[in-house]
Amino acid sequence: MAEVLDLTISELRELLDSGDISAQELTGLYLERIASVDEKVKAYVTITEKEARDQAREADRKIKEGSASPLTGIPLGIKDVICTEGIPTTCSSKMLKDFRPPFNATVMEKLEAQCAVMLGKLNMDEFAMGSSTENSAFFSTRNPWDLERIPGGSSGGSAAAVAARMCVASLGSDTGGSIRQPASHCGVVGLKPTYGLVSRFGLVAFASSLDQIGPLTRSVEDAAILLEAIAGHDERDSTSLPRPVPRLRKSCQEGLKGIRVGIPKEYFIEGVQEKVVSEIKKGLKAMEEMGAELVDISLPHTEYAIATYYIIATAEASSNLSRYDGVKYGFRAENYSNLMEMYKETRAQGFGPEVKRRIMLGTYCLSAGYYDAFYKKASQVRTLIIEDFKKAFGKCDVIASPVAPTTAFKIGEKVHDPLQMYLSDIFTIPVNLAGIPGMSVPCGFDRKGLPVGLQLMAGHLQEEILFRAAYNLERGLGLERKWPSLN
Amino acid sequence: MAEITIKEVEHVAELARLRFSPQELEEFTSQLDAILKFVGKLESLDTEGVEPTYRAIEIVNCFREDEVKPSLPIEKVTANAPESEEGAFVVPRII
Repeated sequence: MAEVLDLTISELRELLDSGDISAQELTGLYLERIASVDEKVKAYVTITEKEARDQAREADRKIKEGSASPLTGIPLGIKDVICTEGIPTTCSSKMLKDFRPPFNATVMEKLEAQCAVMLGKLNMDEFAMGSSTENSAFFSTRNPWDLERIPGGSSGGSAAAVAARMCVASLGSDTGGSIRQPASHCGVVGLKPTYGLVSRFGLVAFASSLDQIGPLTRSVEDAAILLEAIAGHDERDSTSLPRPVPRLRKSCQEGLKGIRVGIPKEYFIEGVQEKVVSEIKKGLKAMEEMGAELVDISLPHTEYAIATYYIIATAEASSNLSRYDGVKYGFRAENYSNLMEMYKETRAQGFGPEVKRRIMLGTYCLSAGYYDAFYKKASQVRTLIIEDFKKAFGKCDVIASPVAPTTAFKIGEKVHDPLQMYLSDIFTIPVNLAGIPGMSVPCGFDRKGLPVGLQLMAGHLQEEILFRAAYNLERGLGLERKWPSLN
Repeated sequence: MAEITIKEVEHVAELARLRFSPQELEEFTSQLDAILKFVGKLESLDTEGVEPTYRAIEIVNCFREDEVKPSLPIEKVTANAPESEEGAFVVPRII
């Protein structure tokens, strides 16, 4: 039944509801798949086989009594930055290696209420800081399309597991591109929703004004199903928006006629691989043929986005990560003679180099004498970047661009040059700074057979039009459905 | 932008409650220097009179009723602590 592993959430829903396959059989197939290929891909940090089988049994009961929800019995993987009650939530860090949260994140409560099946927790860059999943304290995840290459990051495990067919779909988190960039590198759909649409309660914090949870899936429709399931106001997250869940699958059914697609000239620059540009252009052409109008636009402050981001994100991170002090939870060093030494040793031994680098940068930018020059300045430039988008969305409904300047690079290629690594997020970061939604949609392959993703962006809370564009793009391209076999 | 010195990095490490070996200090100093030079490009941008953005959405004063609701039991709260005793977190002697 190998082909069952290729199916999307919506296709599986039919099979499950008609009784052609049970949730327990489906879960069993996925657990077998993990057992046979994860030693190559290394996407899972924790596999929760027993819990998954229990959930599947419960799902079958629900299906039998006719009360199935869209995700009932669907096997999913969860990025290890989302709190799961009683199940290790490590953030791929030595600091939280043995941390078992005493509560579930809101998104987990919502998935459990639908009786979705969790197969396990997925690898990531430590505390979501990175673009390659090489910063995991445990091991590097590999790109299922080429095991010598990175899957992207920080949600590298979440993207690789979907592409390697080790889960139907997954959840990731995106602070500067951490869902969209790995989705692009692994050839899956990845969505960062509007800031505030999905509750961050139980998401381990990196940069609180930028972080957002979102889905990684095999199709745009699946991303809509997952987002509809996890979105909604939550009083436990004070930045969660009091707004009804958007009706995405309905808007997908509308065509592209009259939709204006903005093409920002600052995103088609030197340094973007030729084959990435040509694949993106095929996507644009497909949209145009379906009735969309292409409009040239400008986002003039794009070149300042990475600098702005690395000040704001690290400043927020240095504050958020001060909680890891060896007192309430997590790792504590053994060799110390007083409290101050205990803090320093714990943090020196518990954090990896990239996390320390970012804490240092953030602390520096917030320290006396530098605050105005760095943090305040960056926050002003953030306003300019937001205004760029506001102006642009006066001329267009969605914006299209590459997700990343290149396809997946080789493991180890950028690991010693943090700045080069940061530059790979150039096209995804502005979306987080502006708090708007962005999606990576697979749009082709380079000559080495590595996936290329097209990024679609829309205005604040304009998910409906974003999905409408993405769904039609996917249909218009009509890419053959193929996945790396790994056998 | 002036070059960042090892002494400054040591000071920031102290503020951030981190400890580095002399070799790490040197490596971090040169990496931070490169990153700070890069982010220093913002200096060239005129932001006179631009309001800073500190949050991605416009929500101000998110009030709720001050009602007592069930909390996590103490055993669950201390279960992940490196050291706890009688419902309290144990730390090295402070005074």
